[in-house]
Amino acid sequence: MAEEAKPPVPPPPPEGEKKPAAEERAAPASAEPAKPAEPAKPAAPAKPAGPVPVPWTSPLVEKYRGQYGSGLDAQTYLGQNYFAVDRSLIPDILRLLRDEEQFDYCVDITAVHYPQREKQFDVVWIIYSFPRNERVRVKTQIADGASIPSSVSIWATANWLEREVYDMFGIQFDGHPDLKRILLPDGWKGHPLRKDYGILQQDNEWVQINLGIESGQ
Amino acid sequence: MPNFIMSYLNSKDAITPGAAGSQFWALVYVFIIFAGVSVAVMAMNWLERKALAHFQIRLGPMRVGPHGLLQPIADAIKLMLKEDIIPAEADQFVFWVAPLIGLLAAFTVYTVIPFGPSQAVSDMNIGILFMLGVSSLGVLGIVVAGWASNSHYPLIGALRSSAQMVSYEVAMGLAVVSAILMTSLNATGTGTLSMIGIVQAQQQQGVWFIFKFFPLGLIAFGIFAIAMIAETNRAPFDMAEAESELTAGYHTEYSGLRWSLFMLAEYAAMIAVSSIAVALWLGGWMRPFPNLLNAPAWDFIFSLFPALTFFGLAAIAIVGVVRMPTHSFFKIQRIGLAAFAAVLGFIALLLLVIAVAGRSADASVAASPAAKFSEGVDYVYWFVFKVAVFMYLFIWYRATWPRYRFDQLMKIGWKVMLPISLVVLIATAIVGVLVS
Amino acid sequence: MNDSTHDASSRALSNLDLETPEKPYLDSNELIINMGPQHPATHGVLRVILKLDGEKVLGTECVIGYLHRGVEKIAENRTYTMFNPYVDRMDYVAAVSNGLGYCEAVEKLMNVEAPARAKYIRVILTELNRIASHQLWLGTHALDIGAMTPLFYTFRDREEILKIFEKYCGARLTTHAFRIGGCQYETYAGFEKEVKNFLTFVAPKIDEYEELLTTNRIWIERTKNVGVISAADAIALGVTGPVLRASGVKWDLRKAQPYAAYSEFNFDIPTGTNGDTYDRYLVRMAEMRQSLRIIEQAVNRIPEGPIMAKVPKIIKPPVGEIYHSIEAPKGELGYFIVSDGSTQPYRLRVRPPSFVNLQALDTMVRGLLVADVVAVIGTIDIVLGEVDR
Repeated sequence: MAEEAKPPVPPPPPEGEKKPAAEERAAPASAEPAKPAEPAKPAAPAKPAGPVPVPWTSPLVEKYRGQYGSGLDAQTYLGQNYFAVDRSLIPDILRLLRDEEQFDYCVDITAVHYPQREKQFDVVWIIYSFPRNERVRVKTQIADGASIPSSVSIWATANWLEREVYDMFGIQFDGHPDLKRILLPDGWKGHPLRKDYGILQQDNEWVQINLGIESGQ
Repeated sequence: MPNFIMSYLNSKDAITPGAAGSQFWALVYVFIIFAGVSVAVMAMNWLERKALAHFQIRLGPMRVGPHGLLQPIADAIKLMLKEDIIPAEADQFVFWVAPLIGLLAAFTVYTVIPFGPSQAVSDMNIGILFMLGVSSLGVLGIVVAGWASNSHYPLIGALRSSAQMVSYEVAMGLAVVSAILMTSLNATGTGTLSMIGIVQAQQQQGVWFIFKFFPLGLIAFGIFAIAMIAETNRAPFDMAEAESELTAGYHTEYSGLRWSLFMLAEYAAMIAVSSIAVALWLGGWMRPFPNLLNAPAWDFIFSLFPALTFFGLAAIAIVGVVRMPTHSFFKIQRIGLAAFAAVLGFIALLLLVIAVAGRSADASVAASPAAKFSEGVDYVYWFVFKVAVFMYLFIWYRATWPRYRFDQLMKIGWKVMLPISLVVLIATAIVGVLVS
Repeated sequence: MNDSTHDASSRALSNLDLETPEKPYLDSNELIINMGPQHPATHGVLRVILKLDGEKVLGTECVIGYLHRGVEKIAENRTYTMFNPYVDRMDYVAAVSNGLGYCEAVEKLMNVEAPARAKYIRVILTELNRIASHQLWLGTHALDIGAMTPLFYTFRDREEILKIFEKYCGARLTTHAFRIGGCQYETYAGFEKEVKNFLTFVAPKIDEYEELLTTNRIWIERTKNVGVISAADAIALGVTGPVLRASGVKWDLRKAQPYAAYSEFNFDIPTGTNGDTYDRYLVRMAEMRQSLRIIEQAVNRIPEGPIMAKVPKIIKPPVGEIYHSIEAPKGELGYFIVSDGSTQPYRLRVRPPSFVNLQALDTMVRGLLVADVVAVIGTIDIVLGEVDR
């Protein structure tokens, strides 16, 4: 799921961490990652399987899988359950989760940008149920420029959370009462958390106009 | 010596210069009071900063003079040297005159404050009415200041302040009336509105009005004590000038000397209303326990109190000198504080001499000038002492309590204080009739 | 004057239509007043636009972002270890909690667990930080309402906690106390003794604060029934922390989904009933006392052992994503980390409690007076560093 699209890795400085007894070899990115918890592992060619997403089975999943079939995929990674759903299922699945499964608290709404992928954005809802004491992630993939229905009518929390996603990524939420920038000034151009927004791009028009300086460097 | 000076001094009865028609002495008293109030305001400024700081586990001003004693002077100089900013859109004349109105209202009332049976500028026979009326003029100064600033925050603050002051004046007035009712419980059955007369009524009836018809006098005093805090816009009723609110009050646009005039007016008003409270309920210039401990020996002991107070202050100053670090940085402060202690000690000695000289062993002997003077000093001392206690209470309240929201403040003024003061007034009247 | 509960889900949570062209004229009674961003009572750079009818608040709009430093973007360009100090700067009042959440999130991603001793040290320091954060909150909140003295008392007592932090890790405020995999520093000689002395020192001080405020009639009148939020509204708005507990929802992540060593201690979760400012005040005072309880239990039995788990020098979590949250003094502080197998996070999202709680301001102040807005902002306990990141 995760893609490699980053600038070169700077050498991590030794922060004075205690050196573990066994030196772990840094795993290559696309292969199975090494499991760092086990000490004294010989540098054998066969790498043990690290944590991978495993299918999540539960009555909840069964119910929705029956309802939505292939549009819904349920996995567990490191003990955290998530649904990876089709964009067409939003907002119905969210509404169902709130109404029927008592996921009444929307913890967070965020997005991740994978520019190499065809559908570039992952929009993630993290929701929690007080009665069940259970937390679930719902993920969907949307293309750049596409919009996604807003969940403000489902959880009132979503208002500012979606505004921030819009501010940082440029993802439009249909049906949001007031979708405008929240953290950045109104006239800012660009959406910073996108991977194609360079961090040196501070010589923004906004800075030049409003701060009266030539360059933010 | 010219007659206009001596005629008042030689007069047989103890009367105020105003009553005696002596303009010279009235002016002298006015100047003395004006100087006294100015010094008192500066002292109050210092005390407020120091006491508030000590309540908040910090020291307050320590640098400007020894223990910050010269801080008020430094503040005054700074304020005088500040740029005089007048908002461009403000009404110039009104902007200039607003603090003067407040100051005038605050200072004019001092003409009738009874520091002693003849120690007042003049003894109007409507003294208390005059005081309440003139101090209400202070509201005009506030409203005018808020209006003249031409900015809606000061205007809102000014309107709030004035609404607050007006509401609490009603309760104040009713509490005052119930005290005045008590003055009529004398032999002739007529009361008096004159300030000196009210204190003398307490003297004749042998009880301070705060204890009269217990608990009615106490409740009336309590109403007045609370109302006077609201009247002067002090905590916990200082919403109109609180820093954390949207409006910084009516004096937002004032800076420098003009602003200091507002502060002067505020402190002067505080002293004025405290004087009313002292005169009406706490026996004015009378020493404590005038009837319980009325032997001449006790008279003498109590007449030593002014000297003892100043000795105490000098002792505190000397302790401060001793505890100051011996580093050369503190040399000037040590010298200054020692000099201050010396001055206080000198005043104490002077007061001691006056007390001893004025002691009259036999009550039937005609009082010598020294005795009269000593008595006068005592009267002024006790009055000022009681007012000083109130000043300290003002500071204590400010340090301790949060402030009321404005609507809660108004609700208290109209829905709590007014009914209680009405009830107390009626009860006092009924009890008064029953007793006499 | 004081409308009671509003059902957030039945009322569109839109703002005041301040700039919509369809309504160009304000009602003649309405006034738009701007509070901040520079204001003594907004606890940082927060701008609140109030729409007033006289003194009554009809609606508010918060303008935030003045302290936005792009922490999440920075995270994508720093290694996990390098990013650790940045985390303190978000909620700078409770920096230790921030660090705990982040370190635990990365540890989860790496599938590592900190050793028991490190967990105990983490719990002690985090609870000390909770007390310090609540003390600062109390001082500033009381000051907003007009009581100027508790500020000095709480700051003086907070100094003792900061002294312990300074002795432990060298910094008072932005402590960077924990590392991924455990703690870097061993507790200094005399740590347990000093913490125990602190416990006996501060318990009567908390009583002193209560003495000044809890039964004070003026305080009660300023805080009771002010800023009421019902439990249903609070849950719908995603409010967490003492604000949620004061509305009656007995939920604390330390009990619901325990982390660090919290499952080994006995403590209560204080709740309120009305969801007003007074209840939030009582809840936080009680939380301070419960924190003292936790510290007392922890400091008496810190286990021996290593303080750092076996973590590689270069932290390269496997590909995957994780969400981990802790109960910070302000509410649920969560970290959503997406790792692509390299040494730098691919995406690091911080779920800030103050940001989400601040959204509830609008619900809480409708119908109140202007003077109450200041009180309600104080009672939500926001730190702009966390709101804006």
